[in-house]
Amino acid sequence: MSQLLVGKFLTRIIATTITKPFISKSTLTTTASPLRKEIIYRDALNAAIDEEIERDERVFILGEEVAQYNGAYKVTKGLWKKWGDKRVIDTPITEMGFAGLAVGAAMAGLRPICEFMTFNFAMQAIDQVINSAGKTFYMSAGIVNVPIVFRGNNSAATGVAAQHSQCYGAWYAHCPGLKVVAPWSSEDVRGLFKSAVRDPDPVICLENEILLGQSFETPDQALVKDFLIPIGKGKIEKPGKHLTIVSFGRALNAVIPAAKELQSGGIDVEVINLRSLRPLDFDMISTSVKKTNHLITVEYGWPSCGIGSEIAARVMESEAFFHLDQPVIRLTGVDVPTPYAKELEDASFPRPQDVVQVVKKLLSK
Amino acid sequence: MLPSCARNINKPTISCKKVLQLINGTKNNYATEVKCETKPYKLHKLDTPPSASTTLSREDALKYYREMQVVRRMEASANNLYKTKLIRGFCHLYSGQEAVAVGIKAALRSHDAVITAYRDHGWAYLMGASVVEVLTELTGRKSGCARGKGGSMHMYTDNFYGGNGIVGAQVPLGAGIAFALKYKGTDGVCFALYGDGAANQGQVFETYNMAKLWNLPCIFVCENNGYGMGTSAQRAAANTAFYTRGDYVPGLWVDGMDVVTVREAARYAIDYCKSGKGPLVIEAATYRYFGHSMSDPGTSYRTREEIQEVRQKRDPITHFQELTTNAGLLSENEIKEINADVKKEVDEATEISKTDSSIGLDELATDIYANNLEPQIRNTTPFNPLTHNRLGKAVNLE
Ligand SMILES: Cc1ncc(C[n+]2csc(CCOP(=O)(O)OP(=O)(O)O)c2C)c(N)n1
Ligand SMILES: [Mg+2]
Repeated sequence: MSQLLVGKFLTRIIATTITKPFISKSTLTTTASPLRKEIIYRDALNAAIDEEIERDERVFILGEEVAQYNGAYKVTKGLWKKWGDKRVIDTPITEMGFAGLAVGAAMAGLRPICEFMTFNFAMQAIDQVINSAGKTFYMSAGIVNVPIVFRGNNSAATGVAAQHSQCYGAWYAHCPGLKVVAPWSSEDVRGLFKSAVRDPDPVICLENEILLGQSFETPDQALVKDFLIPIGKGKIEKPGKHLTIVSFGRALNAVIPAAKELQSGGIDVEVINLRSLRPLDFDMISTSVKKTNHLITVEYGWPSCGIGSEIAARVMESEAFFHLDQPVIRLTGVDVPTPYAKELEDASFPRPQDVVQVVKKLLSK
Repeated sequence: MLPSCARNINKPTISCKKVLQLINGTKNNYATEVKCETKPYKLHKLDTPPSASTTLSREDALKYYREMQVVRRMEASANNLYKTKLIRGFCHLYSGQEAVAVGIKAALRSHDAVITAYRDHGWAYLMGASVVEVLTELTGRKSGCARGKGGSMHMYTDNFYGGNGIVGAQVPLGAGIAFALKYKGTDGVCFALYGDGAANQGQVFETYNMAKLWNLPCIFVCENNGYGMGTSAQRAAANTAFYTRGDYVPGLWVDGMDVVTVREAARYAIDYCKSGKGPLVIEAATYRYFGHSMSDPGTSYRTREEIQEVRQKRDPITHFQELTTNAGLLSENEIKEINADVKKEVDEATEISKTDSSIGLDELATDIYANNLEPQIRNTTPFNPLTHNRLGKAVNLE
C-alpha cells in the first residue's frame, strides 16, 4: 500500500467513523477469536473512563474542556452530563496548576485522571508529573504513593506543525517512578487505561489524535468491565519468523500494512506492539529476536535517546545480541521539528515503504 | 517589636514562690490563662478581622514555648551537624520563623493538612516526627522519617505532605490536597506554605485562580522572611503586599513573629474555609536568621545589624517568653526547665543522628513503585541488577 493510499484511507476513517476495519482480521491477528467487534478507539476510551468513574468513587477526570464541551477531542463525550460537576471537571488553561492540583489530590487519597488536551502542553506541567508524581513515593520511603493517570494525545496528528507534533514516549519512559503506556488499538486503550486507573502509581497514558478516530476489531472479552491489560507487557500483533519489528502507538499504522505487504512477498515478520514503554517488555523482544535473529524498531519519536535507542542498547547488553544476524536498525521520526507542509510532514515519519525497504535490506532480499 | 498581649490579664503578676508552689503541686492562685491582644492585622477583601483579643491558657503557653524551643534547638543542632559535614547537600534552617509553624499548628484540627517547601524540619516535627526522626533524616540514617532517602527537603508524616524542593510546586499540590478534603466530604483544610520568593511563581497564581473558582478549603501562607536566596522581596516582587496578591482571593497580613497572633489568624482562616467560602491568603511577616541554606553566610545581601536587630527586638521565642512570664502564666524557672529539657532531648537526638546507621544498599531499589512491575531494576551496569522491594506503608494503596 502506498503512503498516499494509507493517507487517504486514514483520512476517510477519521472523517466518517466507519465500521470498516482499518486492518483486516487476517492481517492483524492469527490468534483465533471468533467474537470480534468493530470499535472506535475514542469510544473504547470513553466507555473505559465512564466505567472507571462508576467503579470507584475516588475517580474523577479533570482537564481543559473535558466537561461541558465534551472534550476537545470528544473523548469525554456525555460524561459530564452523566456524572456532573464533581466527577468531570473543566479546568482553566493552566497545565502546571491543574496537574499539580491533581497530584495533590492523589497524594491525599483520590484517583485523578488528569487529561492534557495534548502532551505538547504537558511540557508546562512536566515538573509536577516527574518531580511531584514520579518521585514522591521513593523520597518518602514508601509512605506517599501517588495514584494518578495523566492522559491525552501524544505524537503527531496531521498538519499541526512542530509545536503540536511531538512524541513524548522517551521523555516519560526515561523516569523511574513513572509508568508509561502507549495504547495503539481500541482493545489496548480500554485495557491499558483501566489498568492505569487502578494502579497505585502514576501512569502516563499516551494516546493519539489519529488513533482516536480509528476503528479496530476488538475481541468480546475486552468489553467486560474488568478487562485489564497488564502494564509492562507487549503484544505480538503478528507472529513471524524472519525478522522482528518492535513498535508502539501510531507508528504501528505504518508497520501493519508493511507487514502485510512483506507477507505477500514471502517475508514473514513478527510484529510486537509494545503497549507499555515503561516497564518495557524486553523479554518479549528478546524471545522474538532469538527466533528471528533480526530486529528493527519503528517509532514517531526522534532518534536521539529514543525508545528505539533504548531497545538497541538493551539488546546489545543482553544475550539477544548473540542471536542477531544483522545490526538493530531504528526507524524514527526524522531529526527535525515537524514541518507543516503536507509533503514534508509525510516524509517526517516512518512510512510503510520505509519499513518494507529496511526489512528487505536487512534480509538482503 | 513590643510584647503585644500583656494587657487585660487575669493575674498581672505571679511570684516565683507561687510558681514553685505550682510546680510542687500545691494550691496556689497563679494565672491559668491570660487574655492577650493580638497584633494588628491588615485585611484584603475581608470584612472582619480575626479577633483582637484571645485567651492563652497556661497549658498552651507551655506547649507553644516548648515547640518553638525544640525547633530552634533542633535547627541549631542541624547547623552544627552540617558544619561537621554529617549533613550533606542543602539544609535550610527555620530559625526565626518558628512562630509561624507553631501558631498554625496550634489551630490545626486532626484532619487538617499541611504542605510546605524545603524549609520543613520544624513542620515535620510539629506534624508528628520526633526530633530523632528529623535529625537522622538530615544525616541520612535509617531512623529518619524517610529512612534517609528524602533528606532535608523531603519529610512526610500523617497529613503532612512534605517538603518540596521545587520552589512553588507545593502550592498546587496543597490546593489538590484541599480539593481531596472537600471531595471526601470532610470539613478539613490544607495549609500550603511558600516563601516571598516563591510568591512570584506562575503556578501560584494558577492555583489561586482554581482555588477561588472551586472554593477550595486551601489557606495559602506566604512566609515573607524578606528574601529569596539573596534577592530581597523588594527586588523580586512588583507588589510586596503578598497578602493582596491573590487579587480575588481575600488576604490577611499577620505578624509572623507572634505565635498567638498567628494562631488566631489560623483559627480564623480555618473557620472561614470550612464554612465553604473558599481560599484565603495569609502573609506572615517573619525573618530568617541563618543564610538561605547552609552554603549562604547570609550577610552579603543584608547587614549583620539588620539580623541583630530582629534577634533583639522581634525574636518570636524571646517575645513569647516575655509575654508569658510578664503575664504570670509561666515562670522564669519553668522556662529554664523547659530549656534544659529541650536541650537534653535535642542533644540525645543529635547523638543518635551521628551514630545511627544508614539503610543498607539492599534498599537502594526499594519503594520506587507501590506496585512494581519491572522484573529487575537496572544497576549502574547490566551485570548486577537490583531487586525492587516494598517497605513503606503506601498510604494510598487500596
Ligand atoms: C523552581 C526552582 N527555582 C529555583 C530554585 C532554587 N531556590 C531554592 S530556594 C530559592 C529561594 C526561595 O525563596 P523563598 O520562596 O522566599 O523561600 P525562603 O527560602 O525564603 O524560605 C531558590 C531560588 C528551586 N529550588 N526551584
Ligand atoms: Mg523568603
